[in-house]
Amino acid sequence: MGYPYSHDLEVGTQLSRHFGDERARTLEGWKELGGYATLPKALEMDPDAITEVVKNSGLRGRGGAGFPTGVKWSFMPKEPNGPHYLCCNADESEPGAFKDREILRWVPHLLIEGCLIAARAIRAEHVYIYVRGEYFPYTAILRNAVVEAYEGGYAGDDILGSGWSCDVTVHLGAGAYIAGEETGLMSSLMGGRAEPWIKPPFPAQSGAFGRPTTVNNVETLAAVPMIVAEGSDWYRQWGTEKSPGTKLWCCSGHLERPGTYELPLGMKLSDVIYEICGGAPGGKKVKAVIPGGSSTAMLTADELDCPGCYEGLAEAGSALGTASPIVMNEDTNIVQAMRRIAQFYAHESCGQCVQCREGTSWTAKILHRIEIGEGTAEDLDTLYHLCEQMTGRTICPLADSVVFPLLSSLDKFKDEYEALIKR
Amino acid sequence: MTDAAKQITLTIDGVEVSVEAGTTVLQAAEHAGVVVPHYCYHPGIPSRPAQCRMCLVEIEGQPKLQPSCVFPAGDGMVVHTTSETAETARKSVIEFLLLNHPLDCPICDAAGQCMLQDYAFETGQLRSRYAEAKMVLGRDRVAEDILYFGDRCIVCTRCVRFMEDIAGDNALVVAQRGHKAYIDTFPGRDLDHAFRGNIVDVCPVGALVHEDFVFKARAWDMDSSPGICPGCSTGCNIEVNVKENQVVRTKPRLNPDVNSYWMCDHGRRSLVMSNRGVRAEAPMVRQGGELEPASWNEALAWVAGELGDSNGIALASAGVSNEALFYTRALLDRIGVEGGTFQVEQGDEVTLSGFPKLKLRADRAPNAAGAELHRFTRADGLPEVPNGATLVVLGDAISNAPADYGANAGFFLYIGSHLFPAARNATAILPAATVAETDGTFVNYEGRVQRFHRALRAPGVARPAWMFLSRLLEQLGGEPGVREIGDAFAAMATGTAGLEGMSWAGLGLRGELLSEAGQPAVAAE
Repeated sequence: MGYPYSHDLEVGTQLSRHFGDERARTLEGWKELGGYATLPKALEMDPDAITEVVKNSGLRGRGGAGFPTGVKWSFMPKEPNGPHYLCCNADESEPGAFKDREILRWVPHLLIEGCLIAARAIRAEHVYIYVRGEYFPYTAILRNAVVEAYEGGYAGDDILGSGWSCDVTVHLGAGAYIAGEETGLMSSLMGGRAEPWIKPPFPAQSGAFGRPTTVNNVETLAAVPMIVAEGSDWYRQWGTEKSPGTKLWCCSGHLERPGTYELPLGMKLSDVIYEICGGAPGGKKVKAVIPGGSSTAMLTADELDCPGCYEGLAEAGSALGTASPIVMNEDTNIVQAMRRIAQFYAHESCGQCVQCREGTSWTAKILHRIEIGEGTAEDLDTLYHLCEQMTGRTICPLADSVVFPLLSSLDKFKDEYEALIKR
Repeated sequence: MTDAAKQITLTIDGVEVSVEAGTTVLQAAEHAGVVVPHYCYHPGIPSRPAQCRMCLVEIEGQPKLQPSCVFPAGDGMVVHTTSETAETARKSVIEFLLLNHPLDCPICDAAGQCMLQDYAFETGQLRSRYAEAKMVLGRDRVAEDILYFGDRCIVCTRCVRFMEDIAGDNALVVAQRGHKAYIDTFPGRDLDHAFRGNIVDVCPVGALVHEDFVFKARAWDMDSSPGICPGCSTGCNIEVNVKENQVVRTKPRLNPDVNSYWMCDHGRRSLVMSNRGVRAEAPMVRQGGELEPASWNEALAWVAGELGDSNGIALASAGVSNEALFYTRALLDRIGVEGGTFQVEQGDEVTLSGFPKLKLRADRAPNAAGAELHRFTRADGLPEVPNGATLVVLGDAISNAPADYGANAGFFLYIGSHLFPAARNATAILPAATVAETDGTFVNYEGRVQRFHRALRAPGVARPAWMFLSRLLEQLGGEPGVREIGDAFAAMATGTAGLEGMSWAGLGLRGELLSEAGQPAVAAE
């Protein structure tokens, strides 16, 4: 179950059950653990039937945006007049998120099986698993698994004698946050800079190498085999109407038991933080939580009593994102934390859109000035203005990613900013 | 516009405009007479990343502002380019761009023609809220002859995309990312493409500057006139920038039928170099064995009296205007000299993959087709001059001739702009203006007759050849001389196959193809 800590409230599906179990890394061990049982079934199914099951399960994209996976697959042309591609987004670049890493390093074969079933559904002939450059050690594990899958007849030509062929390529990125955005990922995959492009064209029309492409997150694809095996109703036993299923939560920051936990969607955020993770260590109080990875709005300790699912956190004024709460205790300097986040995004901006290129670094510089006690009252007005001008003005949402935490910190922790300015 | 193309109607800033389906909002706005400020969009570069975010406009029914450079115009769409949201967004882009931009307009070569300066001025932000230190990126040389001022760069990537989309040579890249991004050559690659100079023209600010232009002239100190590049037979339409009677720069001028927005580097240099060498500044006639200066009246009267009708040969040039060629042919006809040859310097052809029609062509002269139109024939080398024969030379035909060439001629009439060594053997020298100093027309490789306009004052009393040759013909009993280019062209058009029905005014600035009767043999390309 969970890794490194586990909890009774965890759901141990195929997704996380074998975390920490070395056997799951090899084809032999994985088969003993019941792996690759769904692929033969999927090979006998009509591609659209697979899509239908996933659509009915209500599985939503685990990369952060939460777009319904089956619906996304249904955008792919039904009559291929050339190759289709599936890109597995393993560029887990959101600060706070480390769920895909666990899947890559503990259950690589589950991911491969999920990729192949999805490829079958969207009629893709090639799967590209795009792994972030920093995951170099785990890529070795994944690559081994791909080689084994080829040797075992699960990938490559004439998979399991079905007559259907699909290749799997592991591609290591060079380390850029924005390669995790789907168009940025494809730009990078095609050998260019990881620069998002403006949609349309949508990936399902013209994606990687100008062909219809679907980009799915690692966790999304890893959830596919069990959904296809057990059915959509089985999957819906967890979660809420709008957010069915289970989700890997990556809890980090000032916590007694940080780690990855597979939990049903809809569990109260406060339960995740206090019950599962044991709250802040040393009896400290929690001051703020960024619930979905660094690009989501901060919640104060009083706002944690909300359902941990897509709609629940949206209602609370934040977002589920990648379900990666970063917890900050009462000793945290919010301005400093915010400055660090802004610096991260300034460093990661690809530099195409002016608002993002200049705005993120300006934001970081202003926050730094406030942090060292040289801020002015006008700086807060400027920050608010920047938030306004960086929202919804750019090709991709990287600029917005600074705005969400920044705006919420300005609104909710204004006293901390003002205290530093008055000093 | 074909009838089949679907027409859509939209309203932009209250102006209703009908455009073809598939037109972008920005292009539709142009039809409506509304300028949407933009940086990364360039009409000649196909890729549109929509990254400068300057052209964001408000479209009713769209939750967010949309980049008009890529957003397709739709039927019934209502667009606001100057609504408060759109204005604020634009103002904010300018503020962002100016954060790290050095305010070195007083020494920047783009000042006065800078899109950042223009829009910054328009949005009227006198004070910056930026209290931090500016990024300093310094200066670099991206090509042998092109400087890159990193601080001024707004990373619109027009230059990168010109090289990639049009030149088909991805030698330029964006290096680094975010606010540290700058333009550089790809590691291990040189920017040595023959069309690289266009990256300077597409730069909306002063980040890319030709080294031979840097600090030379302010935009408002230059005069500009439309010209045709004399560098090869393509006949690129150019804009000639002149300061103090010197050509300081040539830039391509849009002509979708010929060169689009581009020209090659060979062409850029050709006009700047046209004034090198010793110029013929006054008419000269040989009296008592010496060339003596004379007034135009004296010289023309003397030549008219002396020019015999003995057997003679004529040398023409592919570097002079049709009008000069026409009157030279008329003069030759009058004195009974037939034929005549011209030479064309040859060079390597260089293609431009993104606009295949435009090439640096092997014929390194602008008017070979025009010379052929006036019944001169292409030849290699100079003909031998029979002793005592009449020799008529036009333009640069003898630029490389041995110093004693023509010394044995009975009467050697030289009509040209430069005093080449062999020109000093002439019996009479009639000083002509160069193509930069006169109005006229060229015929390009495909038979397109194109106008060029005077950019410089001719030195001394040098005059356009067509002007003084028409007066010489008048003295020889022909029609009255012409003083206006329009009249010269009209006289030519009447008697020349291929030019029927054309007029100077009618040619406009995009030119006209010769009628079938005058199509050059070389057009079969």
